[in-house]
Amino acid sequence: MSALRRAPELLVPALLVLGTALFALQVSSYLQAYFLDTLVKVAIVVALYVFIGNSGVLSFGHVSFVALGAWTAGVLTVPADQKSAIMPGLAHFLLHTNVGNLASLALAAAVGAVAAFVVGLPLMRLSGLAAGIATFAVLEITNNVLTYDQSIGPGENAFSSVPQTTGIWQAAVGALICIAVAFLYRTSRYGRMLRATREDPAAAAAVGISIYRQRLLAFAISGGLAGLAGGIYVHLLPLTAAGLHLDLTFITLAMLVVGGSGSLLGAVVGALALNGLYSFFSAATNGVDLLGWNLTVPQGTAELVLGTLMALVLIARPGGLSGGRELSLPRRRVRLEA
Amino acid sequence: MTLAFLNLSWPVFANGLEFGGIYALMAVGIGLVFGVLRLVNFAYGQLIMAGGFALAYGSQWNFPNWASILFCFGVVLGLSLVMDRLVFRPLRTHSPAVMLVATFAVAFVLQNIAQLSFGTFGKSAGALAFLNSPWDLGGVEVKKIAVIAVVTAAVCLVALQLLLTRTSLGLHMRAASMDFRTAQLLGVRANRVIAGAVIISAVFAAIAAVMLSVEQLQVTSTFGLSDTIFVLAGVVLGGLNRPIPATLGGFSIGFATGILGGALPSSQSQYLPSILFAAVIVVLLVRPNGLFTRGGGAVQRV
Repeated sequence: MSALRRAPELLVPALLVLGTALFALQVSSYLQAYFLDTLVKVAIVVALYVFIGNSGVLSFGHVSFVALGAWTAGVLTVPADQKSAIMPGLAHFLLHTNVGNLASLALAAAVGAVAAFVVGLPLMRLSGLAAGIATFAVLEITNNVLTYDQSIGPGENAFSSVPQTTGIWQAAVGALICIAVAFLYRTSRYGRMLRATREDPAAAAAVGISIYRQRLLAFAISGGLAGLAGGIYVHLLPLTAAGLHLDLTFITLAMLVVGGSGSLLGAVVGALALNGLYSFFSAATNGVDLLGWNLTVPQGTAELVLGTLMALVLIARPGGLSGGRELSLPRRRVRLEA
Repeated sequence: MTLAFLNLSWPVFANGLEFGGIYALMAVGIGLVFGVLRLVNFAYGQLIMAGGFALAYGSQWNFPNWASILFCFGVVLGLSLVMDRLVFRPLRTHSPAVMLVATFAVAFVLQNIAQLSFGTFGKSAGALAFLNSPWDLGGVEVKKIAVIAVVTAAVCLVALQLLLTRTSLGLHMRAASMDFRTAQLLGVRANRVIAGAVIISAVFAAIAAVMLSVEQLQVTSTFGLSDTIFVLAGVVLGGLNRPIPATLGGFSIGFATGILGGALPSSQSQYLPSILFAAVIVVLLVRPNGLFTRGGGAVQRV
């Protein structure tokens, strides 16, 4: 397996993201907002892929790490003189701590990774349905605490006054970092060991792979990437706890499922394509011009389209559009005679 | 007396019983389908929502109450049969985790169809509001709906238990939920058993819709959603696979939320979901078969 042959696995997703970013620079600032949003979604979906794709275990809980990252980066960057007005209940320690943009993103990633590690310590013993429900429980708990605990953030209110430092480049670099980490993990021995447990848990355990440890490592890495994505997100929009709950979980899972959860390319393509569709139908609630024909759709159409697509893909092509395959150069044929 | 000690009033206690009854029905509805299909139905709440909208239309068109309720039953039954045919049946051979994601998708589709059709504010279903007025039971005033909910739930669950233990359909359903393939080999018809479970589960959803619409007169696209999430937690706590543990799980969640929601100050009761879901995680780790089951079978090994 030469490094050259594997290069497209990294380069194609990275070029897709770069292309999206370059295209976004050409369009109006109104449209640019949708591209920025798409780049953040790519980062979240790639984070999901690192765990779900490699382990084959379902997680409904990753949006909680996105939310924790957003809260971390948000709380630490709201200007000191506005903090007490926006977040009156904020803990003393947070009220007087401020960091810059990059430091806040690094901390968001760290908080995401640590939270995922801690949550994963007990949860990574579960798989299948139990894992799905337990990670869903994590999502509910995180959302519940972030919504009501005003000592760590704005509670039910929107995260206003966070400096909007996420532009095209910050969003694109964030997505690229996620892709690079996902690629490095995927091709590392740890990634291979985890995929071995996905294909055949009993055989993997028999050759000495600890399913629990490999899952925990992937969960922590993907939690860190999700935290980073959350940090980038909060520097883009005034987020609310309600916006980082079921809807985002559903949308990002739909992107992963439709793209194909088994491959990095599938995750990136799924995120780009579905968020394109989603943005189009969201914009169409205010009317869009489609080849000279004005299209206006009611609110909820975007979710409806995504949900239908997701159900159809699950029924007709459970491997997703990519079928779990990566793009790589053809292998020079070496046949072993039996 | 314990009630005084816990600082509970009778209305709060009755409220707990009422939600306990409604949630127990929903829990059994979810548990029955899980038993035969190994499918946790996230879209159960949207069945209840559809029932709620049927009731709202019933009152808009000035149906008599019995006709509204019948209409609600028809809509919920129809929708769940369609759901079974279009989504669950093609996915029957997939892993439970894939089916879970699929029902998640179905839930979102249905919720957004409702949002598209009825807008953000939904519709009002006021016809049964009179059930919120109290009955005087020996000097204690209890809301009519609380009494009705408890009695209905008890009757339904006893009827279900009789069906499961005394009829051949019930026998087949119990056999299928223990080991579907062996049951099939022994002549249990898969489609008949699954249809039975889906229909009973839909009937319970419709009953829950009727009773919830008394508490919550405005039906929106999120009608029944948070209740379903609580009930899912309760079913897992109690034990998914058997009706009685599922009932107990659902009842205790409903009872606990009803009572604690009324008795605790809101600064504490707002964290109820966290405590509940933390309990779910602990149960999944420690007793994966649920709290109210006796030691389950051995884990399958290769």
